[in-house]
Amino acid sequence: MKLVVAIIKPFKLDEVRQALTAIGVHGMTVTEVKGYGRQKGHTEIYRGAEYIVNFLPKLRIEIAVSSELAVKAVEVISAGARTGQIGDGKIFVTPIDHALRIRTGETDSDAL
Amino acid sequence: MSALPRHAACAAAALFVASIFSALATPALADSPLISAADTAWMIVATALVLMMTIPGLALFYSGMVRKKNVLATMAQSLAAVMIISILWVAFGYSLVFVGDGPWLGTLDRWFLAGMTMDSTNPAAKTIPEALFMLYQMTFAIITVALVAGAVADRMRFSAYLLFSVGWFMFVYVPLAHWVWGGGFLAGIGVLDFAGGLVVHLSAGVGGLVAAKVMGRRHGYGSENLSPFDLSLAVVGTGLLWVGWFGFNGGSALSANSRAVMAIIATHLAACAGALSWGAVEWMTRRKPSVLGMISGAVAGLGTITPASGFVAPWHGIVIGVIAGLVCFWACTWLKQRFNYDDSLDVFGVHGIGGMTGTLLAGVFATAAIGGTPGLIEGNPQQLLIQLYGVAVTLAWAGGVTFLLLKLVGAFTPLRVSREHELEGLDITQHGEALQ
Repeated sequence: MKLVVAIIKPFKLDEVRQALTAIGVHGMTVTEVKGYGRQKGHTEIYRGAEYIVNFLPKLRIEIAVSSELAVKAVEVISAGARTGQIGDGKIFVTPIDHALRIRTGETDSDAL
Repeated sequence: MSALPRHAACAAAALFVASIFSALATPALADSPLISAADTAWMIVATALVLMMTIPGLALFYSGMVRKKNVLATMAQSLAAVMIISILWVAFGYSLVFVGDGPWLGTLDRWFLAGMTMDSTNPAAKTIPEALFMLYQMTFAIITVALVAGAVADRMRFSAYLLFSVGWFMFVYVPLAHWVWGGGFLAGIGVLDFAGGLVVHLSAGVGGLVAAKVMGRRHGYGSENLSPFDLSLAVVGTGLLWVGWFGFNGGSALSANSRAVMAIIATHLAACAGALSWGAVEWMTRRKPSVLGMISGAVAGLGTITPASGFVAPWHGIVIGVIAGLVCFWACTWLKQRFNYDDSLDVFGVHGIGGMTGTLLAGVFATAAIGGTPGLIEGNPQQLLIQLYGVAVTLAWAGGVTFLLLKLVGAFTPLRVSREHELEGLDITQHGEALQ
């Protein structure tokens, strides 16, 4: 079991969601986050006052999938979220030790 | 006399007695009680429009420009101005401004509206009920006090603001309004201020500048990100101010006539031209026309046309608006940085500079066919000097008294929140509430 965490540009969410649904990923958690990497920030000007905004809005997608599906998921997220511009985001994959569906008590792969 | 028929003598006596009674019942002010239904209807609407400028217009305009932690506190300042100034206006403000025409101050004859009747009128507006004239002028006093607060947003204690607004109304607004509109010495020499370039905008702007200077800069000014919480609120607020301004300037004709319409056209055109010129100069100097820039330009145009509307031709509104956008942009960017004062919401840059510019331009563009007074262009350079004198008096009075008043209030209670409270936000520390 793998946890796939992707930080993407907010307007790419729909493409990524559709691509994941197409390969059989039927659940995800999305969080609005702020951060910066190579893209750094941008400058905002309000009546002459300039502010450097370091943290840019991004979305953080989390999906828990079987190890086989994880490889495919990374591929489609990467394809769906890519614009080719700086700031497209990153994908991290980590192992999951244990999973449990709260309603039924099913565990591990049954719970995904 | 005995030749007079008895009943005729009785009738004459009855008439005489009746006239005495009616003279007693009618206040001295009501010399021609010819109330016009049309004028009254328009002025009721105009009164509502001007109140709408403060709540929610100015409340939204200002609170959209502060940080999220200070939104409610900023709205509270506009609300407080409505609550406090309305009552003070009824108590003594109206009477001291508009009743009696001494050079310095009116009288207290209408203390708590004493003697105001269904039929009474004010000599300044003979075709509407005096009560309506009183109410209309109340809304001007409210917004003037509410405007000042923008300069000290994000850092003034609410209790200090309440005391300050009472004092500012009493010692800055009331005398100034009497001098210009109530038959005082500025009215006497012929200063043109149709709807409040001096009384409202310059006085609030200078008051704000002095207050910003006395209170000091916000924590993090010039180093941290103080960007606005939600400019869409400010856009909505600008729309309400803009529409409300039709009542502000159009209503200042005090009747439903062509002069009111001419004032409204000039007002609308100035707002459009101001928004365009501010946006354009931003586009040229900073590569993007910001929405904040466009709404700032609109308000600058509106504030600047205020003293001139009702005296100038409608198309002058375009010229005055373009100038307003450019001059106020300069004041909010270059001037503010050069002198390094933290006028949080640019009350001086927009309203102070706008009111001053508009008062002077009224002396340039005044058109006899509209307001009965010729200006510089129509061969009356004297008028420009009179306008300059009005500006100088307003600058000196509003600036000086605001300074003394803040020192006085500061002697009783701290003007500014503690550093911790400023960082935490005024909503939670002053009012115990916060936006989530």
